[in-house]
Amino acid sequence: MKIHESDARAIFTRFGLPVPPSRLVADPRAAEAAAEELGCPVVVKAQVLVGGRGKAGGVKLASSPREAGEKAGTILGMEIKGLAVEKVLVARAVDIVKEFYAAMVFDRVTRRPMMMVSPSGGVDIEEVARTAPERILKLPLNPEGGLMPFQTRRLTSFLTGDRAVAKQIGAVLQALYDAFMGVDASLAEINPLVLSQDGTVWAIDAKINIDDNGLFRHPEIEALRDTADEDPGETAAREAGLSFVKLDGSIGCVVNGAGLAMATMDMIKHYGAEPANFLDIGGSSSPDKVLAAMRIILRDPSVKAILINIFGGITRCDDVAMGLIEAKKRLGLDVPLVVRLTGTNAREAGELLAGTDLIGAETMDEAVKGAIAAARG
Amino acid sequence: MSILVGKETRLVVQGITGRDGGFHARQMIAYGTKVVAGVTPGKGGAKTEDGVPVFDSVADAVAATGADTSVIYVPASFAADAVCEAADAGIGLVVCISEGIPVRDMVRALPFLRERGTRLIGPNSPGVISPGLAKVGIMPGEIHRQGRVGVISRSGTLTYEIVHHLSQSGFGQSTCIGIGGDPIVGTNLLDAMSLFAADEGTDAVVLIGEIGGNDEELAARMIRDGYPKRVAAFIAGRTAPPGKRMGHAGAIIAGGAGTAEGKIAAFKEVGVEVADTPAQIVDIVRRVTG
Repeated sequence: MKIHESDARAIFTRFGLPVPPSRLVADPRAAEAAAEELGCPVVVKAQVLVGGRGKAGGVKLASSPREAGEKAGTILGMEIKGLAVEKVLVARAVDIVKEFYAAMVFDRVTRRPMMMVSPSGGVDIEEVARTAPERILKLPLNPEGGLMPFQTRRLTSFLTGDRAVAKQIGAVLQALYDAFMGVDASLAEINPLVLSQDGTVWAIDAKINIDDNGLFRHPEIEALRDTADEDPGETAAREAGLSFVKLDGSIGCVVNGAGLAMATMDMIKHYGAEPANFLDIGGSSSPDKVLAAMRIILRDPSVKAILINIFGGITRCDDVAMGLIEAKKRLGLDVPLVVRLTGTNAREAGELLAGTDLIGAETMDEAVKGAIAAARG
Repeated sequence: MSILVGKETRLVVQGITGRDGGFHARQMIAYGTKVVAGVTPGKGGAKTEDGVPVFDSVADAVAATGADTSVIYVPASFAADAVCEAADAGIGLVVCISEGIPVRDMVRALPFLRERGTRLIGPNSPGVISPGLAKVGIMPGEIHRQGRVGVISRSGTLTYEIVHHLSQSGFGQSTCIGIGGDPIVGTNLLDAMSLFAADEGTDAVVLIGEIGGNDEELAARMIRDGYPKRVAAFIAGRTAPPGKRMGHAGAIIAGGAGTAEGKIAAFKEVGVEVADTPAQIVDIVRRVTG
């Protein structure tokens, strides 16, 4: 789950990272008041859950409270990558001498938490990774021992030769590690971490993604969820316990299992059409989940046919069939439904569906071709 | 021949009194797996309907029954602990079916397992099956056939789909390993390939990969450097948009890395054929084993 910069800053502050004071506001007058209170210059930053805010003009410096109000007025009306800016962060500006990069992730290869630092901060780190990979130091860490002093020395000496600065950065890296592990993050990133004119170090940006599987431990973070960047279907699916991603095609898909769901989408494309969505109804699925899935897919007016592809294991085909019959009854289906049910209790499912007008298919290939033909009418 | 599980496997089911654990314990027994014990804290002393003795701890189960392999069906918030408990009791192979375990819990459990010499399959795995010998997991046993093709997959039902095609075309399997759909797993694609490399009962290995991470790229490198078995591959997620998690916690294209195109290209570069559809795997297996 992504969270806003303002929320990430609050978490960083809680773990002792040096974050300049800031206020979250929703109108220009409040921005002006915030700038007055914090002391100028300030930076006014759009709070949207997408990257590239700076390039889009969503981050501006203001040297007076009045200017902060004006800048906030401009930014609050903007749309960044399709998302309306509803709030801005007003933060005390830092006089920057040097910009660094620091982040924590889990490394899939070493299967450990990993810290990454670079003396090239303030730019897109993926660009640095492409053009100057030697300017990024990646250090896998021991998940029990955490960041050890020798590792801190290695990381800080990669960034600076100044011992006073290195000492401050060392404390920042330790706090970043603690924050990352403490909130079950999948990413905690400071870009940039800056050295100011007066020799102090500040985290002037904050980005945290939370591991969805760890959210149950952090209800206060779950409460921060902003669904503005989600398709409404995705929000509804999450609430129904389904995994759903909206796509642009015309064939709706209901599949059990993420791998098979992706393979189904790929096959639709392979046979010349486009999938309307990714949807995994999960393992031990009940008729209710199938009904919820159908409801979510039918929200999308571009769906011309729905393909049900189930390979029963833990999922029982008769459960799915009952869900489909229920959906047919309650949702007034007017798009053709092509159904392929195989595996656990497939025969019982076949008997349940025998009297209906659903289009049956034996294999996945047959089902996909059938759905494409049905969509073309 | 097979790897990981076979006739000699003595299985303990952690979470046997739960709905999923109970159902699948019965399915595994019906398949012929030696299920010697179950564990549910607080329910020690009971017996399941199938007559499997239940213990309070894995240590008790091991002491009483000589269990050497464990399969885990406990809720995600307790699963990492269950994995560590099994390792601490001396279990050599732990298969974790539970889905939704926080990554932080997994990275903390892995060094604990390494210290005790325990191998973990999963989490978020459909399990391991050596057809005709033993099934440890949730896969439908009847679609499998005994044979000489090894299968390694990050997915559950997609594996069933491909195994179904293989079996129907006469290509039985030595062992099928579901390594799990999470970003951090106990046995990754390369580890599983190494296990098959040493198995005389396996002629060819089918790799079922998906978007996210770079395991498939590393597998391609392993093949280039000399892998003793023939390989066929399938990669799911060619149509997956970047930045979106496709069901599996590990299935995400991040920062332009982890795409299906990249993985397919890596395989093709080292001469491994990649199937466009699940059914095509059969043709590739026929060619590489023929």
